[in-house]
Amino acid sequence: MSDTHSNTVSYVRDTMLDQQEPPVTERGVIKWLRENLFSGWLNSVLTIASLGVIWFIIIEIGPWLLNTVWNAESLRECRAILDGTSGACFAVIKDRWHQLLFGFYPPEHYWRPVLAMVLMLVALAPILFSEVPRKMLYFSVLFPFIGYHLLWGGSVWLPISVLLGFVVGYVAFRATAKLSSLVSVIAAVAGTFLWWVFLAGPFDAAMYSVAPIGLEYVRSDAFGGFLISIVIGVSGISLSLPFGILLALGRQSDMIFLKSVCVIFIEFIRGVPLITLLFTASLLLNYFLPPGTSFDLILRVIIMVTLFASAYMAEVIRGGLAALPKGQYEAADALGLDYWKAQRLIVMPQALKIAIPGIVNTFIGLFKDTTLVVFIGLLDPIGLSNAIRADTDWNGIYWELFIFIGALFFIFCFGMSRYSMYLERKLKTDHR
Amino acid sequence: MRKSVFYGTIAASALLAGAASAQSTLETVQSNGEIACGVSTGLAGFSAPDANGVWQGFDVAVCRAVAAAVLGDPMAVNFVSTTGQTRFSALASGEIDMLARNTTWTFSRDVDLNFTFAGVNYYDGQGFMVNRELGVSSAMELDGATVCIQTGTTTELNLADFFRVNGMSYEPVPIETNAEAQQQYLAGACDVYTTDASGLAATRASFPEPGNHAILPEIISKEPLGPAVRQGDDQWADIVRWTLNALIAAEELGVTSANIEELAAGTDNPEINRMLGSAGELGAMLGLENDWAVRAISAAGNYGEIFASTIGEQTPIGLARGLNAQWTQGGLLYAPPFR
Amino acid sequence: MSSTSDLRTRTAPPKTAFRLSMLLYDQRYRSITIQIVFLFALMLGIAWLVDNTINNLRALGKDFSFAFLSAPAGYDINQRPIEYDSQMTHGRAALVGLLNTAILAVMACALATVLGVIAGVLRLSNNWIVARLMTVYVELFRNIPTLVWIIIFGAIMTESMPAPSAFRGDTPTASMLFNDSVAVTNRGVYVPAIQFSNDLGNLPLGVVAPSINWLLVLVAIIVGIYAHKVILKNATAVQNATGIRPKTWWKSLGVLFGPVALLFIFFGAHLEYPELRGFNFADGIHMRNSLIAMWLGLGIYTGAFVAENVRSGILAISRGQTEAAFALGMQPGKTMRLVILPQALRVIIPPLISQYLNITKNTSLGLAVGYMDLRSTLGGISINQTGRELEGMLLMMLIYLAVSLSISGAMNVYNNRVKLKER
Repeated sequence: MSDTHSNTVSYVRDTMLDQQEPPVTERGVIKWLRENLFSGWLNSVLTIASLGVIWFIIIEIGPWLLNTVWNAESLRECRAILDGTSGACFAVIKDRWHQLLFGFYPPEHYWRPVLAMVLMLVALAPILFSEVPRKMLYFSVLFPFIGYHLLWGGSVWLPISVLLGFVVGYVAFRATAKLSSLVSVIAAVAGTFLWWVFLAGPFDAAMYSVAPIGLEYVRSDAFGGFLISIVIGVSGISLSLPFGILLALGRQSDMIFLKSVCVIFIEFIRGVPLITLLFTASLLLNYFLPPGTSFDLILRVIIMVTLFASAYMAEVIRGGLAALPKGQYEAADALGLDYWKAQRLIVMPQALKIAIPGIVNTFIGLFKDTTLVVFIGLLDPIGLSNAIRADTDWNGIYWELFIFIGALFFIFCFGMSRYSMYLERKLKTDHR
Repeated sequence: MRKSVFYGTIAASALLAGAASAQSTLETVQSNGEIACGVSTGLAGFSAPDANGVWQGFDVAVCRAVAAAVLGDPMAVNFVSTTGQTRFSALASGEIDMLARNTTWTFSRDVDLNFTFAGVNYYDGQGFMVNRELGVSSAMELDGATVCIQTGTTTELNLADFFRVNGMSYEPVPIETNAEAQQQYLAGACDVYTTDASGLAATRASFPEPGNHAILPEIISKEPLGPAVRQGDDQWADIVRWTLNALIAAEELGVTSANIEELAAGTDNPEINRMLGSAGELGAMLGLENDWAVRAISAAGNYGEIFASTIGEQTPIGLARGLNAQWTQGGLLYAPPFR
Repeated sequence: MSSTSDLRTRTAPPKTAFRLSMLLYDQRYRSITIQIVFLFALMLGIAWLVDNTINNLRALGKDFSFAFLSAPAGYDINQRPIEYDSQMTHGRAALVGLLNTAILAVMACALATVLGVIAGVLRLSNNWIVARLMTVYVELFRNIPTLVWIIIFGAIMTESMPAPSAFRGDTPTASMLFNDSVAVTNRGVYVPAIQFSNDLGNLPLGVVAPSINWLLVLVAIIVGIYAHKVILKNATAVQNATGIRPKTWWKSLGVLFGPVALLFIFFGAHLEYPELRGFNFADGIHMRNSLIAMWLGLGIYTGAFVAENVRSGILAISRGQTEAAFALGMQPGKTMRLVILPQALRVIIPPLISQYLNITKNTSLGLAVGYMDLRSTLGGISINQTGRELEGMLLMMLIYLAVSLSISGAMNVYNNRVKLKER
């Protein structure tokens, strides 16, 4: 057959043809362009419009950004250097970056907030990343006290005596653990408070007179810039966690009265703007406290922000609790654990883990909301930008400050939102 | 067990309430070792932090004088920056011990808001500043103008009255801080900036080209500015009032920061002697040490010296004494006798 | 105690006499004990706060009264949706502020929805450059505080736009847009207003006096929408009976726009163009800088969040739904309209409404650019001029709370309506 064939046909190709290049519209850049940018008339219009927008932004902002002055003492000098051409004057950032970051914190002590920040990251590591050794959690628990002492300074015995309050509480918890878990919880709380109210102050004073150790005291009004945003944001979110847990449990509780109080609290806080709560902190809190009590504005703001955040936190944790399979509760009951033990050993560890992305998102929101403290006279980055603009040297500068502030917020929040997305992916176990 | 815990809680709350028994402002200040003084967030010449974060200015000097009189240290002041909106609440709530923030002494603030004004440290009036390009020479030509005002001040009310009485319309642009108002005015977002004439001068001084802006001749209100304290603590009000009077009287009597050491030893003018404590017990009557006035005047000089170094004609603010000259010079400053 | 306590196996409780310790150890009584102790502590705490407040007020010589609301306000407000002047009361000023808050909230919600839907859909587009651009928009706005955006938009308006004086003179450096009908200045944007030559006057309703002309137009619109619904219902009935859906779009168009157009002609509606007069532009509608900065700041910022909601809502619909619709022979457009969207909306709407709630609460940042909302009038100038912090803040919080609760109440009603009816 094949012989006849080879004889009858005058020409037979005996090698394979080389693979042809695809047509020009179906390969390389052009194919990509066709598929991704110009696949239909609508897409083409959108592409051209987008290119127009990008072109406009580059033309408008590009020369201004490229022609940047970094070295000048004042806006006048900056304008003299630019000599009429359009250009950014980032000299203001070079001149005042330390104020935007630290406020009026004494420059010789800048290492303290920086160290506190580094230690905070270390303390957060075991909470945020499960690869980090669990032992590090002990450091995380200690960090609030270390951080407080680094930032404010003063007697080293003050944070230690506050810490001892928890130790007292723990001892009371252990001592009464045999009676009933409810009694031991009450004993622990009462022990801690009694220590704080009656003994913490004298202990601090006594120890300080014996061994006056401590960093130099820095007043709260020296705090400003991003330092204040981070201090308020981080302390607000970490203090609100325990309150949020209690509120979430209260809201799920069967006790009708307890439940309704929690619901009213959560709905009230979520229903009013944060700024009214901040004004309450600055204008009204003194009405509600015994005559003559006055404490620092930052502390008052932290208290209000904590209340605010705990309502949102409660909702996030409620979500975590709801996401937990019912079998877990039943299993805890089957093991004969009582309510608190079940919460502590079975429910909370899992619910909190599920809730971490939500907690991080709450934190991003809260961190951005710390800018509102400018309305009550605290010098956060926006407040400082006003102060810098009030200075005759930099009167009239605008964009450079806002670009700097915006960029720092962006880096912070973007980083955190990426982390929360990473976590969501990691926690997602359903493969849809 | 439960009972004892319960009693413990009750005891704790009772203690919390008891610990905060009423204290007079003087006691509070002395135990804190500093005065909490409310100032504006930044008005050149009156109160603004310098490059090192140290507050300077005319209002600031009053706080420092009181701190020097009470505590012996003019730097023992905790300056709390307040906005027009937060200042009265800060004073009423006890967050600050005195308010020295170009605050106008009015009937309702004195009587209804329950503050006590300790005197007047600057006689002012509300004026208007316009760009010369507009060609406006009188406030009566401002019908339909856009006016920048700081909210929460008497200027807001005066402005409403002025335009209503004169049958003119205007467009108010409410702004929170002086810096922001300045920015808006310079950008042309409003035609007119109105505030106290002294504030206008201070603001204009910080402009790149002050000559382009005119302050209109009309002064539409009386604005006696002075330090205020809470009502009900007369001893503290007296301390602030007489510290201010000592500064004013010192100028009248020729006591300056240069010669005060010498005069404090004793002079042949009995009033100087009584004031500076070399004769009589005026300090003790106030509850202070007898050299209180010496310390107050040494802090930054007498009224005239403070005026000259912060807002006077030699400074960029360039304000003339005008109404704020001594009564002997044709002004309104008239300190009651130290007797 | 826990929600599953009823699942515990319980033997019948022994019939023992009541002992005091049972309050603590017996399941039946313990929750009551705890609640009573809690109630007691709560009452104690509240009593302590109230007592302090009374003492502090007495020490300051103040009373607790809302009488200041009927005292003359004395200050002017630039943006007045209802009649107001400085001789009217603080209560009236608060009402003006509340209306300004409402105007801003509605405008910002609309902008956020439009931007959010566009950006959310385009982020899923297979157009590479558009998807990237939308991602940049969403991330940029989501991660920078709204207050910064508000101030930036305020700065753009005041710093970059021409002053009204630039429109003046023989060789003006700035000119009005759209055939001399819109003026963009650094004092705000002036747009033409609709005026009626046959003005029927105002309807006095006590506190407010809305224009009768506009009320009639509103009635016409509502009637039009109702008639449109009736037409659709009839069309569906016809379709169910005969299998053919009659064309109704021209009828709908008629009932929706016809009456309004007739009313406009009857009233002699015409446009009133802004015109440079004296210091400023006069006539037309003046959208002040403060309003524009707040509107853009809140709208674009929240739009980024809405975009994420829309995107995740669309992504949440499983691919099988689309495939099933295609298998039924539906066209892509119908698939979107009849299958994907109704399901996606169920996911999108609840977070969307909570974004509306956020916008409403964030309108309280108006002070940053001098927008006279409720916070700036009642919670700002009024409090400051009268020294009634406690009453003013309390009233303001209650108003915000009432607004928030009614929005979330509406959300719950909607949620219940669209909830998947599971069997």
